[in-house]
Amino acid sequence: MTAPLPRLPHALRLAALPLPLRPLSLLLGALTRRMAQAHPEMTRRMGDHADRHFLIDPVDLPWLLLLHPQGQTMTAHRRSRPPACDARIAGPLSAFLAMMHGAEDGDALFFSRDLAVEGDTAAVLALRNAIDDAELDLAGELAALSGPLAGPLRQALLRAERASGLTLHRQDDFA
Amino acid sequence: MMELVCPAGTPAALRAAVEAGAHAVYCGFADETNARNFPGLNFTPEDMAEGVRFAHARGAKVLVAINTFPRAGAEPLWHRALAHAEAAGVDAVILADLGLLAHAAEHHPGLRRHLSVQAAAANPDAINLYASAFGVRRVVLPRVLTVEEIAAINREIDVETEVFVFGGLCVMAEGRCSLSSYATGKSPNMNGVCSPASHVAYAEEGNDLAARLGGFTIHRTARTAPAPYPTLCKGCFTSGPQTGHIFEDPVSLDATHLIPRLAGAGVRALKIEGRQRSRAYVAQVVRAFRAAVEAQAAGRPLPESQLARLAEGQKATTGAYAKTWR
Amino acid sequence: MMDLTVGPNFFFWDATRVRAFYHDLAETPVARVVLGELVCSKRLPFWQDEIGPAIDRLGAAGKEVALTSLALITLRRERRQTADLFETGLPVEVNDLSALAHLPAGQPFWVGPLVNVYNEGTLRWLIRRGARRVCLPPELTLESVAVLARLGREEGVPIEVWGHGRLPLAISARCYHARLHDRAKDSCQFVCGEDPDGRDVATLDHQRFLAVNGVQTLSQSTASMALQIDALREAGVAALRLSPQSRDFAEICRAYAAGLAGQQSGADLAARLRPLVPDGILSDGFLTGPAGAAWSGDATPARVQ
Repeated sequence: MTAPLPRLPHALRLAALPLPLRPLSLLLGALTRRMAQAHPEMTRRMGDHADRHFLIDPVDLPWLLLLHPQGQTMTAHRRSRPPACDARIAGPLSAFLAMMHGAEDGDALFFSRDLAVEGDTAAVLALRNAIDDAELDLAGELAALSGPLAGPLRQALLRAERASGLTLHRQDDFA
Repeated sequence: MMELVCPAGTPAALRAAVEAGAHAVYCGFADETNARNFPGLNFTPEDMAEGVRFAHARGAKVLVAINTFPRAGAEPLWHRALAHAEAAGVDAVILADLGLLAHAAEHHPGLRRHLSVQAAAANPDAINLYASAFGVRRVVLPRVLTVEEIAAINREIDVETEVFVFGGLCVMAEGRCSLSSYATGKSPNMNGVCSPASHVAYAEEGNDLAARLGGFTIHRTARTAPAPYPTLCKGCFTSGPQTGHIFEDPVSLDATHLIPRLAGAGVRALKIEGRQRSRAYVAQVVRAFRAAVEAQAAGRPLPESQLARLAEGQKATTGAYAKTWR
Repeated sequence: MMDLTVGPNFFFWDATRVRAFYHDLAETPVARVVLGELVCSKRLPFWQDEIGPAIDRLGAAGKEVALTSLALITLRRERRQTADLFETGLPVEVNDLSALAHLPAGQPFWVGPLVNVYNEGTLRWLIRRGARRVCLPPELTLESVAVLARLGREEGVPIEVWGHGRLPLAISARCYHARLHDRAKDSCQFVCGEDPDGRDVATLDHQRFLAVNGVQTLSQSTASMALQIDALREAGVAALRLSPQSRDFAEICRAYAAGLAGQQSGADLAARLRPLVPDGILSDGFLTGPAGAAWSGDATPARVQ
């Protein structure tokens, strides 16, 4: 836990650039719907805060993501045209993924400034706590989403994880 | 072996704590009846019953904190929490309010009662009063005492004592502080929150990040420096010619190396703060402390603490346990 | 009919100042006075010889007098002193619950604002133990005050609320005065005596915020129920508690008495008080406002200078 959080390598970052927003939004939307439906307690746990709009700003990616838990939507936006939001969370993609997968503690990431929060802090706290309880597994969700491609995609993610240092699956051993 | 009492803000954290070696887990219902009433945290009565089944199947206990002070005219909410806890089969409830203790002793006599740190029972007279009046079996000592004072207290009382060893640190006598509600209207005693996130605003101003609570500036940090959460008593203020952390530095408690002395002082249980922290945090801290209490019980040297990075502000103190803190 | 109680002095004043204070207080229209050391037992030897004469003078002036316990009792010596309070024959105001352990069976007592009385169950329990007068914690809302005042009336126990003074927001084992002077608590050299109304603490943006008084943390604003007198009377509150300050306190007592008697409107009372309180800031937000620091007389909760 003492190693610095990885930043997305430049090659990967550039590779992400030309990805058009619309297909990306579709994929994110499908993923968010799937996760919300598989983990209904996540939205319940957030209470009224589920109706907030969260701007997720992975600073090493070219886009911003707008999450609306109540509506089960997530859309991608250009940095040049940021959408309106109730709260903004900024940090390297690896910090988001590590927090999501229980590899890092959200509070520790905030204290160390790996993640920065603006706007409705209480809503961010609710989102963080609800995600932590849901024990999400991005790799599993992606694999489940893609049906017949599950096996190959999982392999690709594991390779990406090793290459990039990102946490793409749930950490069952926290040590 | 000393009992390790570990925090669980969510069912996932409860499972993580039990699997990491917690002897007991403490948690609360998702409302203002417990002192960590934070957005997205805590248990429904169904979550609680499920958590108790999970913990009991693995030999761990579940303690339920109902440790705010019931609002006048709304006591039934707190009374229902007691009934839900008993129905879920929990091992004890952790209470602070006189009226709620009296209600529990009368209506739930079989439900073991612990005295919350929020009751601030800081001397043997107070502890013996709670023991004789309400049948309290264990007291969580306020974080205002030195190890020597804890030993002296244990010589004068018959109930078990539990002390905090890791995590957030109150500098004020717990349960007797309304700093938070002075700035925000929400307090630990009434609402189960201190310096609530709903009243926190961060603003980037020049090269600074200002953190405000209810409109009051709690600290300013350089944009790139670590930024502690704006907890009121850990803020940076000005008094006369001095500017600094007038009440407490943004540190957290780590009393790992005091475990042998706390055992010698007659302490029965060690408590880890942090129901608002993630399951990742809980698992790491619990695992480290389980190793420490096992080493202590076996008379082996304690393992080096690896927990610094998880600490608030990433600095640790032994707090009031050392007299110089005062 | 609401009346006035003067609470114990929070600050470290020398014997001369204490003597003058109670001398003047005896001439004011307050009904009762609670005195004694509340904050730090180390201060007591410097002024305890004034307590007896003050009790006599106040009693002769027709005031009811009680002695306070400490707010945080930890040392063996402090526990003994607490037990001794019950031997004086005067009512004892309990401000640390552990004082009840020393209460002789059947002896009545008062409950001070530093005991957590938030609800009917607690109030009922204390009354059953012998509480005969209860000053509620300043943090309570008007709704809670009304519920507890009603129960107090049913039980024949007067309920008092915080009427005036810097708010006692926290108590600690750590001495902030000593810390500000880089001294250990045990060698504090009584630096808290330099600040007869506490030492002001401002935010980094120069907002007036808190005040430290040894191990106690106070609000920098002076809470005042000047604008809430009618609401409190309607709620059934029996008395307002006025907490001592170093200057103009007799005048403050007379101002509240005029307010209670309806000789002065709340707004006029507030206007009369403002120049008399340290730093000129008033608050009453715990009762009906968004936060304790708020003042119902204006819209801004925190005033930036």
